[in-house]
Amino acid sequence: MTQLALVIDLDVCVGCHACVTSCKQWNTSGSAGPLEDANPYGESPSGTFFNRVQTFEVGEFPLTETLHFPKSCLHCEDPPCVPVCPTGASYKRKEDGIVLVDYDKCIGCKYCSWACPYGARELDEGRKVMTKCTLCVDRVHNEALPESERKPACVMACPTNARLFGDVHDEDSEVSRAIRERDGYTLMPEWGTRPANHYLPRRSRT
Amino acid sequence: MKPAWSVIFLTTLCGMAQGLMLALVGADVLGAPLEPAAAQRFFGGGALLCVGLAGLGLFASFFHLGRPERFWRSAAMWRTSWLSREVIAVPAFIGAASWYAWAHHAGQGYATAVGVLCVACALALWVCTAMIYACLRFIREWASPYTLANFAVLGCASGFTAASAWAAWTAPRWVPAYLLAAYLMLAAGLAVRLLMLRRNARLRPGSTLQSALGVRHPVIAQKSMGAMGGTFNTREFFHGRSAAAIRGVRWAFLLLLFPGSALLLAWGQLRASGALLAAALAVQYLGLLAERWFFFAQANHPQNLYYQVVS
Repeated sequence: MTQLALVIDLDVCVGCHACVTSCKQWNTSGSAGPLEDANPYGESPSGTFFNRVQTFEVGEFPLTETLHFPKSCLHCEDPPCVPVCPTGASYKRKEDGIVLVDYDKCIGCKYCSWACPYGARELDEGRKVMTKCTLCVDRVHNEALPESERKPACVMACPTNARLFGDVHDEDSEVSRAIRERDGYTLMPEWGTRPANHYLPRRSRT
Repeated sequence: MKPAWSVIFLTTLCGMAQGLMLALVGADVLGAPLEPAAAQRFFGGGALLCVGLAGLGLFASFFHLGRPERFWRSAAMWRTSWLSREVIAVPAFIGAASWYAWAHHAGQGYATAVGVLCVACALALWVCTAMIYACLRFIREWASPYTLANFAVLGCASGFTAASAWAAWTAPRWVPAYLLAAYLMLAAGLAVRLLMLRRNARLRPGSTLQSALGVRHPVIAQKSMGAMGGTFNTREFFHGRSAAAIRGVRWAFLLLLFPGSALLLAWGQLRASGALLAAALAVQYLGLLAERWFFFAQANHPQNLYYQVVS
């Protein structure tokens, strides 16, 4: 069974936010309608994003490292957000493992966002429905695009190739090899959600 | 978490309606029969009160939805979702309570049997409501049997208090029994709430910044959460109040809900005053609102690990 996912290499992410803006651009331009940008030029702007890059400092001065940490929906293999949805709007596709929200069924109760430990879901203030990373489902299977572009927008935009995309259930795929060879790991393994997205740790420089 | 008033009103109003229904059916099953006209007024009117309270709660819940016009879809996933089950259980309770009101109004012999059905619906609704929160295992403040015990016992306390005020006008001979039950439920509620507070104060977080990032180093500090402006993640999962304000709300509910309302009940009992019993109910309900607000505010969502610093 296919499980599409992202593998993010923390060793080469430079925190440029190109993945954030390309995600916003692609997903705000699709048939599902724009991602809300409330009060964009005012004192307290607020926007819907499917992908964010956060920055952490690891260690104590002077022995510190800057960690740029991109995070979007992890497309868990056992997604806690799906069974709690009262309408069935949240679902996980059997054919490729992508977790999606049917915007036409969502009632905007926000319960799925409470049930996601990663904060991957954002209620769109404009459309009043829950939104999240679709893994660019409208790109990756889109035969109108050249095969080389059938990847999520964030993967296409990353200038350092920190984002890999593929089937983590296929042992010979690029992503599976990267996870195997670089000790790829998942976030908050303690909750048993089995995220499909993996992270590659920073390499030791000493 | 950010407390949502719609859900606070839903859980407190429905809880009171469920407790009141238990009180009515308890008297119907165990008590000496009333005159037909008195029974019609006490049970029929009381059940209508239940319908009104639960209906108000249901109405409040619509304000929680981004797309309330699609509410009918929310009963679909009852096989997996406690929220979906609650969406079925609330109208089922209101329907059963309406039937009970009508059965007493029409003097039907089977009214007590309908009352037992109402009790079953009330109990099922408590389980559904509490499990919505208790099933979220990584929100550790909620993921315990205390959540169900708290909802049920405080619902009973407010329901029996409401029953004593209602009986003061319509069936005075049951006031002492209802008051005794209300005192017992308030005592049980205080015990459950104190145990819950103690448990939650001792909780250790299930997730850490280390497990959230997959970095083993013990010293990690967030420098940017990736956005200068507000996000859903910074609004929905933080109560935005100071620690002192949270402590204030805790003292407010502990005092209003338990000694505050119990003293007013005792005063009402001494003076045989229905108005004082109703005042006790009002004070208790204020405490209940504060208690439910605190219940939501106290919950720490692990996603907050990713949203600690705006810069």
